[in-house]
Amino acid sequence: MPKKELIVVKDISKVYRMGEVEVHALRGVSLKVAVGEFLAVMGPSGAGKSTFMNILGCLDGPTSGEYILDGQKVSSLNSNELAEIRNKKVGFVFQSFNLLPRSTALENVELPLLYSGVLYKTRREKAMSVLWSMGLKGREYYTPSRLSGGEQQRVAIARAIINEPSLILADEPTGNLDSMNAAEVMKIFKELNKRGITIILITHESDIAQYARRRIVFRDGKVTEDTEATLSLREGGVV
Amino acid sequence: MKLSLEIVRTALRTLRQHKLRSALTMLGVTIGVGSVIAMVSMGQGARALVKAQIEGLGSNMLFVFAGSTTTGGARFGTGTAFTLTIEDARAIQRECLSVALVSYGKRETNQVVYGNQNWNTVITGVTPEYRLIRNWTLSSGTFFTDRDTERATTVCVLGQKVAESLFLGENPLGKTVIIKKVPFRVIGVMESRGAIAGGERDQDDQIFIPFTTAEWKIMGSVLPGYVSIIYASATSNEAIPEAEEQIKELLRQRHNITKDQADDFIIMNLRDIAAFREATGKILTYLLGSIASVSLVVGGIGIMNIMLVSVSERTREVGIRMAVGAKRRDILVQFLVESVVLSCIGGLIGLALGVGGSQLLSLIGRWPVLISPLMILVAFSFSVLVGVVFGLYPANQASRLNPIDALRYE
Repeated sequence: MPKKELIVVKDISKVYRMGEVEVHALRGVSLKVAVGEFLAVMGPSGAGKSTFMNILGCLDGPTSGEYILDGQKVSSLNSNELAEIRNKKVGFVFQSFNLLPRSTALENVELPLLYSGVLYKTRREKAMSVLWSMGLKGREYYTPSRLSGGEQQRVAIARAIINEPSLILADEPTGNLDSMNAAEVMKIFKELNKRGITIILITHESDIAQYARRRIVFRDGKVTEDTEATLSLREGGVV
Repeated sequence: MKLSLEIVRTALRTLRQHKLRSALTMLGVTIGVGSVIAMVSMGQGARALVKAQIEGLGSNMLFVFAGSTTTGGARFGTGTAFTLTIEDARAIQRECLSVALVSYGKRETNQVVYGNQNWNTVITGVTPEYRLIRNWTLSSGTFFTDRDTERATTVCVLGQKVAESLFLGENPLGKTVIIKKVPFRVIGVMESRGAIAGGERDQDDQIFIPFTTAEWKIMGSVLPGYVSIIYASATSNEAIPEAEEQIKELLRQRHNITKDQADDFIIMNLRDIAAFREATGKILTYLLGSIASVSLVVGGIGIMNIMLVSVSERTREVGIRMAVGAKRRDILVQFLVESVVLSCIGGLIGLALGVGGSQLLSLIGRWPVLISPLMILVAFSFSVLVGVVFGLYPANQASRLNPIDALRYE
């Protein structure tokens, strides 16, 4: 049975101008990702992973090519429509957490709801329950500086999923964490994936990439490898 | 962010996170609004006071002063020459059709004694018509009459201030005061008129005695029959210019002044003085107001400065907000509301300080202030406007940030 496709990318390229020099970050990338997939994106620095992520997350538009997210042609939308998609359909998790430093955990988690116009009381309740589901009960009113790295990343994940997105984009989410917290965070991603959320994970650590069922590798702005995880790994219970 | 209250609350929270910076930023607007209000209310107060006083003087009144004398090249002030006589005054009364009442007077500064109190004040000898021309009522007792003038009786009417200074709350009526060793019986006390702002000495600081008494018993008449000032009232407000013209004509004729000679007297009418003072007051108010407005603009630039710093400092925050779905407009509104909230709070504090300060000033400095609700409204809306105008540029800068660059910003 053919699965419904969440992401269809057709021959996308991205060119940056850096002063006099043109930088080709992406050179004709095509990719399809089905609903409910867990995809790891790997490759060396400067291979175009982050640029690809930014385009998938609607933070940036491609120079050429077509991007369809959830049946909607994204590559032709204006900045307001892109903001709305980021708000409703995409959740970001960053390596450096990117929490508002002077706001509490709860306020950070609420943020996407604020921009979708949800009223205060509903917002609070929902943020509270998501925060609790991340095991952060008792930390609601802590500012990020009082939380450990693992806790901060869990707040960021709570923020990413609060608007029930269909896609989570995680850019090196474990890069700043020790192995125990990294494992904890990956366990959460696996849980979320089981609930049907598509997850795309950028990483250069292969043990982290093993949590994903599919792996693509970028090199020089192109996808050079696209492999399904081996059966043995699945049997091994990692996936 | 459609929820306006929410935006304001967020802005307040952000500003609270930088308490000192917010307070200092507000200070600019606070000082601006405060000084606009204080300055303008001082100006308006002074204007209102001058207007009231001049109206109180009797607005269809004319003064005729004797001209100045010149002795060996040194010119003395108005009223020093002996050119006006009682006969001049009588002629004006007789012949000038537009003149209703005429009085004349002489003044001298002297020491007045009551019991063990004494006070230096102006002794004014006038005829009873003076009170009518000046439209001046008594707070107690009566003014002297023509009979007192005829008999040169030693009665006097005290100005309010003299009464207070000499009698210290005692009732002066019927008491005896001594001027130049001559005992005078107090028969009345004038109502308070106050000082004309920027004008002559306090009007309440004088004693009125009959003209004849002054001439014969107090001022040691060097030249009997001469007066230093003639008071006249026109038949109506509209008749002032005519009355002035008639008096001038008559006096030139009586003083044998040829066509190419200048007047040896000076006529002043209160309406001109009033108009002049009114205009001066207006200019003063505008001047003070515009100087103060400059400080409000400076305050606005302060806001812009801080908001720009704040935008570049919070670039990453803008990036995060955009990543989770903030539209450019949301960012614009957020920063704009912050600057407007700053200027509003600053403006409100300035309002309180301006009103309080000018009240204090009127209390301590005895300066009249007039605070109009309109002015408060204008000053406050101006501070809101400052917030919008000077917040717009930084807010726009913030909203134009590229989310990716903003997220990467360290």
